[in-house]
Amino acid sequence: MEELANLFHGFAVALQPYNIMLMVIGITLGVIIGVLPGLGGANGVAILLPLTFSMPPTSAIIMLSCIYWGALFGGAITSILFNIPGEPWSVATTFDGYPMAQQGRPGEALTAAFTSSFVGALFAVIMITLVAPLVAGFALRFGPAEKFAVYFLAFCSFVGLSKEPPFKTIAAMMMGFALAAVGLDSITGQLRLTFGVTELLNGFDFLIAVIGLFGIGEILLTMEEGLAFRGGNASINLRVVLQTWRELPAYWVTSLRSCLIGCWMGVTPAGATPASFMSYGIAKRLARRGNNFGKGEIEGVIAPETAAHAAGTSALLPMLSLGVPGSPTAAVLLGGLLIWGLQPGPMLFVEQKEFVWGLIASMYLGNLAGLIVVLTCVPIFAAILRVPFGIIAPLILVLCAIGAYSVHNSTFDVMLMLVFGVLGYLLKKCNYPLAPLVLAIVLGDKAEEAFRQSLLGSQGSLGVFFSNGLVGTIMALGLVALFWSAIQEGYSRLRTAMA
Amino acid sequence: MTERSRSETGPAHKTLETGMALLIGVFGLIVIFGSLKAGINWGAEGPRAGFFPFYVGTAIVGASAINLWHARRDDDGRLFAEWGQLRQVMSVVVPTAIYVGSMPFIGLYVASMVFIAWFMRWLGGYRWLTVAAVAIGMPVVTYLVFERWFLVPLPKGPLEEWLGL
Repeated sequence: MEELANLFHGFAVALQPYNIMLMVIGITLGVIIGVLPGLGGANGVAILLPLTFSMPPTSAIIMLSCIYWGALFGGAITSILFNIPGEPWSVATTFDGYPMAQQGRPGEALTAAFTSSFVGALFAVIMITLVAPLVAGFALRFGPAEKFAVYFLAFCSFVGLSKEPPFKTIAAMMMGFALAAVGLDSITGQLRLTFGVTELLNGFDFLIAVIGLFGIGEILLTMEEGLAFRGGNASINLRVVLQTWRELPAYWVTSLRSCLIGCWMGVTPAGATPASFMSYGIAKRLARRGNNFGKGEIEGVIAPETAAHAAGTSALLPMLSLGVPGSPTAAVLLGGLLIWGLQPGPMLFVEQKEFVWGLIASMYLGNLAGLIVVLTCVPIFAAILRVPFGIIAPLILVLCAIGAYSVHNSTFDVMLMLVFGVLGYLLKKCNYPLAPLVLAIVLGDKAEEAFRQSLLGSQGSLGVFFSNGLVGTIMALGLVALFWSAIQEGYSRLRTAMA
Repeated sequence: MTERSRSETGPAHKTLETGMALLIGVFGLIVIFGSLKAGINWGAEGPRAGFFPFYVGTAIVGASAINLWHARRDDDGRLFAEWGQLRQVMSVVVPTAIYVGSMPFIGLYVASMVFIAWFMRWLGGYRWLTVAAVAIGMPVVTYLVFERWFLVPLPKGPLEEWLGL
């Protein structure tokens, strides 16, 4: 019951007028970010992070997390109206959302998408409220070996669960670890991998990498395709909303299943994009009208949207309770915690109660505010998308440059951003995943520290990672995740051999 | 997008894939080299600074070798991109590089004005009036939001100094 009291205290924090104002600003900015190509949740938050340096941490995280919710909502608008996914996780929403809009039912599709997003998020927030304190309490007992095992599991899950080839995932991830290692070694205080370049003394900041890889890289990809926007008008009126809401409860099984898929994929760092695809695929197979999927079936909008939002939200669970972010955007938020002087991980729940519960309460309120904002303002957001790319692109590039500069007030970082941008374009084209790279830059130092401290305790023996039941189980799960594709292949071969 | 006529040419996907694997592999070698310089064995305070990056570098080289092998083996005849598309991409990369490179000397505001104007006029083909409105409006709004409201200083050049901002 102590959690309930904490949560109410959190609501009191989140409901302060200043925080409510930031919440609405965050949601609005987030939807714009979600609507515009080239500005995603992760780099949108990264660009705006420097603006929050002077704010109190609780207000800052409320605003930034609301940008994230807004971006999750916003991706659906362009998918449904223009068949252009504003975010990767809304690709699956185009399959049925766009046909619905073409059949003259855009209002219905948008209402279904927004409401499902809200349901998915609400489910995930309730889960966070109930589970996060338990996980954090459990994690308080973790020593360095257990900590490393958790990182190991998180990164192995990437290799096993991502749709990119496993060795490309490993290569991308290890590049992230290498970039994180550059500069001052936190344990010995020795310089490494700088090769005499003074600008590299402090290493690579992951915010610069995020802005370059996701922001500039995305613009370059868009330029290549030569985007031209064509799309119908959007209008939602109250009658359509109420009518759609009456229909939705009939799909509660799909909703619940999508919530569960989303939460699972969000906590393990697979993320919102695979969650939405998986949920869509399963719904298509199990739905009574599964054959109609792709032709404008409302269930085909509900499934991916619910899962994407549930995954996006539950990605904050491991970030808050273990200090391991479940998505690139969660990683940027974690970076924000470090900048505001907070130590992410289980101690947050003990030392920074107001911060944690303020954030959790703001998740309830922010998603409610988000639902209201998107339902009432869709025509305005759709109009933003009609501003031609020739104007939007240079403005986004300038914003990225400003964001990169203001992280450390350094023009070297701005050049680095461009290098990361070109690299991001090439990596994306060659099918290397960017999320593990970014997460490795964020977590590299911590993972290394945990690794070296464990080895120090065991005099260099790797046996420390299997020395007790807990750490051994986590490591074993990690190994299973690492070799997951090989295990699957072996299993199917075995089955064909038996048959 | 998916339908391409035979006449369109561009670099093969295989070439870029190979190049990328090699590039990442070389990066891995640099990491290994740097780690060796920092020391990869045990010192007085436990594993030395290069210990962890050394294995990271080894993993990069190993994974790249396998990626390289895959890249050489699978050839589906796909193009990486058409030359026309690459020209589009370069028409953004080159001016952005100039923009970024000039920033330390002329400041962010002037550089942004020139960059936005160039982009809108030459790639977008807008009227000068529209170009001027956006190219001047955006930096002014940026100035007000960042420097005045949030007190985040941005790089300035001779023009701002002359204006006394």
